[in-house]
Amino acid sequence: MPKNEKKKEFLGLKLSSRLMELLAKLQEVELEDFEMDVGNLEIWIQPGAVAAPMVAQPKVAPPVKVKPTEIIETEFIPPVETYPGKVVEVKLGATRSDGGTRGKPVIVGGETTPAFYTFERPTPHPPVIALDVFDMKVPLPKAVKMHVRDVLEDPAAWAKLAVEKFGADLITLHLISIDPLLKDASPQEAVKTVENVVQAMDVPLVIGGCGDPKKDADMFEAVAETFAGERFLISSITRDMDVERCAKFVNKNGHVALSFTPMDLNLARELNRKLYDFLPKKDIVMDLTTAALGYGLDYAFTNMERARLAALMGDPELAHPMSSGTTNAWAAREAWMKMGSEWEPRELRGPLWEVTTALTLLLAGVDLFMMMHPAAVKTLKDMINQLASGSSGNADALAEWVSMKV
Amino acid sequence: MSEREGKRKVGIRELSPIDVYKLLPRTNCKECGEENCMAFATKVVNREVPIEKCPPLLKKEHEKAYKQLKEMLKPAVKEVVVGVGDRAVKIGGKLVMYRHEFTYFNPTAVAIDVTDEMSEEDVLDRIKRTGQFSFEYIGQTLKLDMIAVRSTSNDPEKFRTTVKRVAENTNLPLILCSLNPTVLEAGLMAAPKSKPLLYAATKDNWKEMAELALMYDCSLTVLAPNNLKLLRSLTKTLLEYGVEDLVLDPGTFSGDGLGDTLNNFTMIRRAACKGGDELLGFPTIGVPMVAWMERGEAPEEVAKWREAYLAAMLVVRFADVIIMHSCDGWTLLPNVVLRQNIYTDPRKPVAVEPGLRVFGTVDENSPVMMTTNFALTYYTVASDIESGKVSGYLIVVDTEGIAVDSAVAGRKLTAETAAEAIKESGVESKVKHRKLIIPGKAARLSGEIEELSGWQVLVGPRDSSDIPKFLQEKWQSKT
Ligand code: SF4
Repeated sequence: MPKNEKKKEFLGLKLSSRLMELLAKLQEVELEDFEMDVGNLEIWIQPGAVAAPMVAQPKVAPPVKVKPTEIIETEFIPPVETYPGKVVEVKLGATRSDGGTRGKPVIVGGETTPAFYTFERPTPHPPVIALDVFDMKVPLPKAVKMHVRDVLEDPAAWAKLAVEKFGADLITLHLISIDPLLKDASPQEAVKTVENVVQAMDVPLVIGGCGDPKKDADMFEAVAETFAGERFLISSITRDMDVERCAKFVNKNGHVALSFTPMDLNLARELNRKLYDFLPKKDIVMDLTTAALGYGLDYAFTNMERARLAALMGDPELAHPMSSGTTNAWAAREAWMKMGSEWEPRELRGPLWEVTTALTLLLAGVDLFMMMHPAAVKTLKDMINQLASGSSGNADALAEWVSMKV
Repeated sequence: MSEREGKRKVGIRELSPIDVYKLLPRTNCKECGEENCMAFATKVVNREVPIEKCPPLLKKEHEKAYKQLKEMLKPAVKEVVVGVGDRAVKIGGKLVMYRHEFTYFNPTAVAIDVTDEMSEEDVLDRIKRTGQFSFEYIGQTLKLDMIAVRSTSNDPEKFRTTVKRVAENTNLPLILCSLNPTVLEAGLMAAPKSKPLLYAATKDNWKEMAELALMYDCSLTVLAPNNLKLLRSLTKTLLEYGVEDLVLDPGTFSGDGLGDTLNNFTMIRRAACKGGDELLGFPTIGVPMVAWMERGEAPEEVAKWREAYLAAMLVVRFADVIIMHSCDGWTLLPNVVLRQNIYTDPRKPVAVEPGLRVFGTVDENSPVMMTTNFALTYYTVASDIESGKVSGYLIVVDTEGIAVDSAVAGRKLTAETAAEAIKESGVESKVKHRKLIIPGKAARLSGEIEELSGWQVLVGPRDSSDIPKFLQEKWQSKT
């Protein structure tokens, strides 16, 4: 394959030039005072020490150590750091007094410390969870379907159920029926669906598209205009859309943009920069792409962790709250597939797959989760509350597990 | 061992091959198998080979350089070995706090517990299940690592019998758990040469525990519930006492106090990796099975569920060993997969070579399928094709190691890259037809691919497990 050969050659070139670089550096180094470079191992370099004859220590007679009889007290100073950067705070959803119709807004972001480093500083706004609602029947894993079977074809009822029964902080309304490959529904039909959902419940809304850059832009614009002032999260603006046009209608109508990029921090910075021309920073949330546990979660985790650390170290282009399409966890076949009795029941394995994906990313710094399974949602919520509340446990009981009878 | 309060001398990121090169014999003798000392130094810095692979360095005249290199390359978190033989487990050995800074070594060891009051049958069954646990994942076998034997009876005789039984029936390393030194010693006597991890030295029993660790030459856990000052003091005391292989337990809270647990693990690792604190530079142990203490009247599944996500949290936040009670596939699978994910080397793309793959016996009528070069996607598709006993061609597109859905969203898998891949694969000279099966998740590309490549596109299943069925129903060229 010519292309691969080219690649290898290129790699070889790169490697050897790196080697040259190192060797060039080496010459310099050798001219320098050696001891400086080896850090605090300089003792060895001192002429006296070098000249000293080496005496092999007989193994039988180690230096006599006096065994302590009491605990030697030491101090522990919590390794607290301060960071020059801060994640911007973004408000989602507007109340009546704010020009919208939502019951109360949700605020995400504002961190000045890595996720749940509460020994440094408390979590300003605990992460929130948006539940998925689709505007048409979609294939769902069995474990999820059993909880929403009755509302599958009624997005308004679905949204209501998600808020009232499953505790959704927000609703993500996926308007996939506009997909030219599915129903090719018109933006106006989408607006109607949004209207029904808005009427049915009063939490802030995330407006999800179908993935077609042109169609999504048309639909987003129609929704943005009809519901001006609601501070919907428009999910999402991607690099292959007309970014200027989208940013403008988001801004003009008082909404928030979700800036989506595929697991590449440079692309994320680039798209955010484009958005800055038309949108204030406080109107941008970013999605760096979520991959499922077992299917690239390592990339997603590290990408988000790096983004958050970079933001705290002062990179303004990454200092946005992070959103995660955690529902992607269900793309892993281990989440839904029948696998043999030793791995069952899948009704538990599936939501646990989603929880595990979610909490891994929670610890990387995600502020807004878009999720699916009610049990996964509840678990993550409990955990967030637990971590954010800073409640303390009984330390005296901590060792009891050793002799606990299960 | 000296206590380092200040900054680490050379952070792992700053360590350059030059630093290592300078201390090597520099004869370019190639005994290490490398072209020259510089190439060897580069591998050493990347932790791909230990310095011991340079034979001349181990000679007397290089002893000082060797020691200096050892010190320079010493991980921020000490590596401790538990057990003997080929199932011995290395824990700790961490160089960095965040995996993107380098890579994590020694995946979190997962231990399953048994007690000295379980029936013999139960004990044997749990050991067997732990030993046999295995899951195939991107060409690796994921396994469990250790058995934790707990004394719930506090009776030395019972513990001795149980440890003996366990040791006779598994080659997995053991963690012997009792806060009573007399009980622990009885257990040690039943398996005196197995180098188990002892659990645990506390502020009350540390002296006796230290004696046991020295006598039986094994590693020792230091338990200081939610008290890092005490943990540090105990560690210092035990080091002075002569016990060198320590494992730290700041306590695991499952409900209230969860935040403290997360903070403690994080502070320990930060103090070790960023602050060069040698007293906290030891592997850590977390105990997700504390979730069972709060079970009350709830069904078992509730405890298992909580235990499972606690485990996941600890795998992400710096635990080097975890002890679990549930040995169910559904709780363990997400955790061993998560562990594998977190511990993969971020310096290496998880991708396979793009190009054409052949399955079974092919001819000019064989189906042509397409997928991406993300390793996991590829291995999954390949194993589904193989297990379905299907023959055909598979074009692996270079999507820079990204899965189908993300590659489509991120424009790594496009009509252009697909058309190019068809050309480069040479499949056009191998089959008569021009029908391409693309992944269901790439359905939106079908029109464009047809236009650009001139091939007719069939949209395949969304999950590759349906490939055999799909081919049976939709591929009629066999006739
Ligand atoms: S064995 Fe040692 S001295 Fe010889 S080439 Fe390798 S690194 Fe250099």
